[in-house]
Amino acid sequence: MLRFENVGMRYGIGPEILRDINFALEPGSLHFLTGPSGAGKTTLLKLMYLALRPTRGLVHLLGHDISLTPRSELPELRRQIGVVFQEFRLIDHLSAVENVALPLRVANIKQSTIDSHVRELLSWVGLGDHLNAKPPTLSGGQQQRVAIARAIINQPRLLLADEPTGNVDDHIALRLMYLFEELNKTGTTIIIATHNETLLKKFSYPVLRLNDGELNVVAKRPIHVEATL
Amino acid sequence: MIRFRADLPFERDQATRFLPWIVALMVFLGALSLAAATAIGSVIERWDTNLTGRITVQVPAHRASPETLARLVKVLSATPGITRAKTLDAAATRALVEPWLGALDADLDLPLPAVIDVETAAGTVFDVNLLAGRLMKIAPGIVVDDHREWLAPLIRMARTAEMIAFAILALIGFTATAAVIFATRSGLAVHSAIINLLHVMGAQDAYIARQFQMQAMMLGTRGGIIGSIAAIAVLLILTTMSAGIDIALLPSAPLSPIQWPLLVIVPVAAVVIAMATARVTVLRALAAMP
Repeated sequence: MLRFENVGMRYGIGPEILRDINFALEPGSLHFLTGPSGAGKTTLLKLMYLALRPTRGLVHLLGHDISLTPRSELPELRRQIGVVFQEFRLIDHLSAVENVALPLRVANIKQSTIDSHVRELLSWVGLGDHLNAKPPTLSGGQQQRVAIARAIINQPRLLLADEPTGNVDDHIALRLMYLFEELNKTGTTIIIATHNETLLKKFSYPVLRLNDGELNVVAKRPIHVEATL
Repeated sequence: MIRFRADLPFERDQATRFLPWIVALMVFLGALSLAAATAIGSVIERWDTNLTGRITVQVPAHRASPETLARLVKVLSATPGITRAKTLDAAATRALVEPWLGALDADLDLPLPAVIDVETAAGTVFDVNLLAGRLMKIAPGIVVDDHREWLAPLIRMARTAEMIAFAILALIGFTATAAVIFATRSGLAVHSAIINLLHVMGAQDAYIARQFQMQAMMLGTRGGIIGSIAAIAVLLILTTMSAGIDIALLPSAPLSPIQWPLLVIVPVAAVVIAMATARVTVLRALAAMP
């Protein structure tokens, strides 16, 4: 599914943000990614969702060596990755329906299919009454659910969530975790970047721990769910 | 109003607000330049057709007996390269001086010279002095007037003016392109967050470029319509004003009826340039993304 080999990353001529990153994720697994602020979590996630190219090392994603994959083929790979951003990154002038529909629109899916899928998913995450609401009129929790719906609308094979519980209380954080577990059971490989110690203690998924640009894998109780996608 | 569904909030762009007006100004100036170039081209063609390939022979009134005129016409007609030589009748001769002397009474016995209108074959080059020398032997004091002598510098000047008009048109095109590049780059900077988001979602570069292209088409069309209306209004005013002017060497209107549709080229070209420029600018910028 995803394999990093001796990956290093630096911005410009600055110091290496990430050094010798090595890990491999099995299809259908769920991992936490944690570490102190500035450890390089967001950079590591950006490498995973192909917003950056590593300055050294190899990234293998969904059967492709990214360094050898032509740029024109990367959009197709990106469509198989869902990303939940810490700050949601919803588009303010679009409604909840339009925001969630975006990944399908960029994939040139038929509008009739988009409409039915998006409405169904928004209802599933409890926003059936806010289909046409613009993000600024939604609460933080509602915006988060729109962001999650957008990340999973095209049934990604890999879901990356950057601090998805960072702006919600523990109760909602738990509900979101249950939602991610449900998705994981359908075969989606998931990485959740979090500082939330409550979640890390409560759920026994393996943890990728970043510290000062170096990664350690702490396998608490590996979870492997057979991939169905 | 023309609208399209965009993921990017273009209506919030400050830089693109002025683009329709810039395009309108460019189309206005471009249409006037094209009209000027077309009108000058028509004048040159008219001069070329009507005046080159012609020689006029003036015979002093006191020597313009019918026999002398007949001999002159005979010599002229026998000269290689001359296709036709014809003595103008008195009415036609009076008409030639009418712009300067006004309508002349036929009974008024003014000593007007007789005029022989000579047509030459296309491309024929004459030694006018040699021809005049031969005719002088028949009727001393005649004047042989080769229109090409005074028309050539006039045509050269008109051709230069025509080229300048086309050069201005090209400069207007470059300026419009630069304005669109600036507006598009500004839009790329303003919407970089959403563009990055679309990129991460797997949007092809062409998907993002198409949004800028459609926006450029919409703004270009608005500007094109405004500029065209203004240019047509100005040209109609000029046409109305020139209707009463009757000068032999100038056209009676800036554009002929068949030339008016040519003006459509300017707004259409403006829209096409705007779309292509926006697309290329966006694609080049996105190519720098991973």
